[in-house]
Amino acid sequence: MSRPPSGESRPGRGRRAIGWLLAAVAIFYGRLRRRRRERDGEDAEHRVHVSSPPPPGHVAPHPEPDSSAELLVAALLLLAALFAAGFVVVYAVFSPGSMPNQLLGACIAGSLLFLAAALVVVARRLVASEEIAEDYPREDPEAQEEIAQLVRDSAGGITRRKLLIGAASTAGGALGLAGLAPVLSLGPLWDTRPLDATPWRRGRRLVGVDGKPLRASAIEEETFYSAFAEGWDQEDISSLLVVVRLQPSALKLPRGRESWAPYGILAYSRICTHAGCAINLYRKPRFPVTEPRPALVCPCHYSTFDPADGARVIFGPAGRPLPQLPLMIDVNGYLAAAGDLSGRVGPAWWGVREQPA
Amino acid sequence: MSDRVLDPVRFVDERTASAGLIKKALRYLFPDHWSFLLGEIALYAFITLILTGTYLALFFDPSVAKTTYHGAYAPLQGQQMSEAYKSVVEISLSYKAGLLIRQTHHWAADVFLASIVLHLMRVFFTGAYRKPRELTWLLGLLLLFTSLLEGYLGYSLVDDLLSGIGLAIGYGVLLSVPLLGGPLALLVFGAPFPGKGLFESRMYIAHVFLLPALLTVLIAAHLALVAARHHTQFRRDRRHTDRRLIGMPMFPAQVPRSLALMLVVMAVLFLLGGLVQINPIWQWGPYEPWLATNGAQPDWYLGWLIGALRLMPGFDVVIGSYTVVPNPFWGGVAFPLVVLGVLAAFPWVERVFTRDRAVHNVLDRPREAPTRTAFGVAFMSWIFLVFVFGATDRLYVLFGVSYETLLNVFRIAIWVVPIALFVIVRRLCRGLQEAEAIERRREDAEREAALGESELLRRGEAVM
Amino acid sequence: MTAPSRQTACSWLARAAAVLTLVGLAGGVTTALAASQNGIVRPSSEPSTPSLELGRQLFSANCASCHGIAGEGISRPRIGAGVVPGAGPPLQGVGALAADFYLRTGFMPLAGIHDEPANHPVQFTPTEIASMTAFVASLGKGPGILHPEVRRGNVSRGFQLFTEDCAGCHQSLGRGGYVTGARVPPLQGIDASEIAEAVRIGPYLMPRFPASQISESQLASIVRYVLTTNKPDNRGGWSIGNLGPIPEGMVAWLAALLLGVSCLAVSRRLRS
Repeated sequence: MSRPPSGESRPGRGRRAIGWLLAAVAIFYGRLRRRRRERDGEDAEHRVHVSSPPPPGHVAPHPEPDSSAELLVAALLLLAALFAAGFVVVYAVFSPGSMPNQLLGACIAGSLLFLAAALVVVARRLVASEEIAEDYPREDPEAQEEIAQLVRDSAGGITRRKLLIGAASTAGGALGLAGLAPVLSLGPLWDTRPLDATPWRRGRRLVGVDGKPLRASAIEEETFYSAFAEGWDQEDISSLLVVVRLQPSALKLPRGRESWAPYGILAYSRICTHAGCAINLYRKPRFPVTEPRPALVCPCHYSTFDPADGARVIFGPAGRPLPQLPLMIDVNGYLAAAGDLSGRVGPAWWGVREQPA
Repeated sequence: MSDRVLDPVRFVDERTASAGLIKKALRYLFPDHWSFLLGEIALYAFITLILTGTYLALFFDPSVAKTTYHGAYAPLQGQQMSEAYKSVVEISLSYKAGLLIRQTHHWAADVFLASIVLHLMRVFFTGAYRKPRELTWLLGLLLLFTSLLEGYLGYSLVDDLLSGIGLAIGYGVLLSVPLLGGPLALLVFGAPFPGKGLFESRMYIAHVFLLPALLTVLIAAHLALVAARHHTQFRRDRRHTDRRLIGMPMFPAQVPRSLALMLVVMAVLFLLGGLVQINPIWQWGPYEPWLATNGAQPDWYLGWLIGALRLMPGFDVVIGSYTVVPNPFWGGVAFPLVVLGVLAAFPWVERVFTRDRAVHNVLDRPREAPTRTAFGVAFMSWIFLVFVFGATDRLYVLFGVSYETLLNVFRIAIWVVPIALFVIVRRLCRGLQEAEAIERRREDAEREAALGESELLRRGEAVM
Repeated sequence: MTAPSRQTACSWLARAAAVLTLVGLAGGVTTALAASQNGIVRPSSEPSTPSLELGRQLFSANCASCHGIAGEGISRPRIGAGVVPGAGPPLQGVGALAADFYLRTGFMPLAGIHDEPANHPVQFTPTEIASMTAFVASLGKGPGILHPEVRRGNVSRGFQLFTEDCAGCHQSLGRGGYVTGARVPPLQGIDASEIAEAVRIGPYLMPRFPASQISESQLASIVRYVLTTNKPDNRGGWSIGNLGPIPEGMVAWLAALLLGVSCLAVSRRLRS
């Protein structure tokens, strides 16, 4: 223990300070614990005497006064007010373009949180939290019987009960139907022809997103094109197509479609026959020797169609192939339909299969 | 003499004759357990939804008429879009606090449904749906499914790319209903998808009026039934019986607690709305029927349906050349109806097996009803696995486990895992019960022994 | 880079095979070659500046087993250099564009011919890549390395084009995705040239978009948009990966569970 005298006093002072600090913490902790014990004791007492009457002149037990809790609640409420004011300030100071969403959210959330904290302190330390016992409500057989008797008595003078009940339900049902009937104006009820309608007739040209007709010579292999019916609403799903080009020798189209793909150009409905998403994926191999063959894929549930084979389903939940549009090349070299689609567009419904009506 | 407390009470009672009712309401008892508050979380999220939704409705334009964007956000500059989408972009980027309130609204919807599911699980696993509360249970299920629809319509209104894809699928599912699909889809959408501008206003009125009104009525009825029959309780000691309820009164004990919970719920929702970005529609861009994005997902509460749609093997039920049941019917209609049906019928089905027609106000702990608990775990794991499968494309991107492999694994797992869990959980519950019984016997024996000892001592004293 | 000092038996085999290939097929190459542990074979004394000769040596040692010694391609898998079967598309006429893309992204070389090319760690030094690119360019007339004029691109137009042609696989914000049979890579952290080259090449299962479909200026717009996805406008707060509803649902459940726990602060009893 050979320390220089000057250094000896300093650690000594430091040690003393630490000692004081520890003592303070210990005292504070002891007070906290004592208070908690007292409070717990109180609670326990309340719980024990759940059915005992409150003190004379009162209907509920009085909680012990707790001035420090009151101060804490006041402080928390003021903090809540401060944060709410902060929200207003942030809202006022920043312009819409530079509004810091995080700060705004933190201010309002902070205010709500401090308010909540104040209420938790109120609940735990300022109001009585006694438990009370009470009977559950029970069924009342006497009242049940009385009601039944009342109904029986009231209807006692009626002899043709069945007739009246039948007539009343007829009237009610008819009126209900009459009330519901106007709802049917929301859509064509049994007329499902709108679902079958397509713009595709022999000679209607295919256009791109920009509305310009697609030239057959501009359609290249290994990519895919979005196409629409010329002069038609671009949002009408029966108009939407995906166009790809394959080597004519690679095609294995179903019988009767041999002439549908001039120069190997194929057009299919863009709407998946499973649940109606847009076929926006075209997978095509860079090196077909080792890589999977070309496919049109729906990104929602990954139904996968083989464009070489009339869009037969090769993977995924779809139940039928994509409808194919027979193509021709018109005198000006533009792509045009040679007829209607091979099947109904989009998700299937009752009675639909391959062939259009 | 004036009394600052009594005077207003007297004023109200003299005019409404309600003092008796108020007195009863103030002393309404709440049994004390944290899990009884899960339903309250849902209620407070609903209140937040109403408040933030009303604000949003002031700025939202439910029209799919085309317009061009000339706002401050460069990536959308000059793009064609619907008025609906544009108005939501402006709410998000051009109105002060608009983004905060929109995000809070969306988070509130997600948390609302999550807390309903938590509440449902609490009610199921404690047997709280038993007589006399079967109607409360049915109303709760109705609330859950109405909320699913309400949430779906909410994010579909926006007409961004994701919401449009979601609607396309909804249309496909509607079409797939056997016999009625075609007329039904046309009735709802007014015209083939996307509905020629008719559908947006229908969705709007349903989302901001019809369904919220229905939800409010259902919530009121749900709460009225709870209050009429009072809360259930756990058997903490011998005083808690099916006839006698022990709890804290509404006033003064419960009011600050419930208010505090409401404020905490709102604080968390606003904190999320401020700090965590949700559905950044300006990044998805406007919807057109020929567009799609990879990894398009519905909000979480419809994830089980996309999972079911993806898991289904690819076939339509066909007779001759006519489709009878299109594929999306199984995952999109049959699956949720089976789930709803099983949950709705459960109280009555259970009664067939247990022959228990008694009134139950005291809850079971999950281990006390091994078969119910095991069935619940199995049933929920079934739904959960289907739900998880809905996200496997993203799992593939993140972890490299191929989608095709996962598809095959899940097609088996959704049947094997629930059965295995049923057996395991039932055995576990019985084991826990046995262990408890042994513990109880030991305690009884010890108490008896202690009693005997003191008896001996007393005798000894008497002898001395 | 110099040859690594530690060599395993496996890499020795690879080296022997590579040397055999060189002697047997190319002939006249006297430079000693060494294989590193990742299977890359390089000359033991490498020049510090790019050269056609270095490119030829590296190509012969590392690419020829699949693409042929003169880049003529191998269409039927056959045992070439090393012990793995080799097969690959011809490289005559693909130009510097393709070589630059595949080597700088780490798509090439592949470990096996059926593997999906992906952003693996880049195996070659910039000097080596420049040399091999020059060599592949010399195999036939082909397009050069692309340098899109990103500044002249229009981000809004790029966003639209990306949604129409790319988002189906790559997701609206280029976070990657799934297409039947393959994993689609995310597009963050790659440079303008690589993005543009991918559009023109169509690596692996990706379509190849020709200039007749996507013009140079449209390409610049797409590249510009893709570069913005590195740092999208996430003014709503933490973006949780810009992946949409999946992470959002996780956060929502976390919040619901947190609220469930906060019930403990309000109710007094934890036990039933």
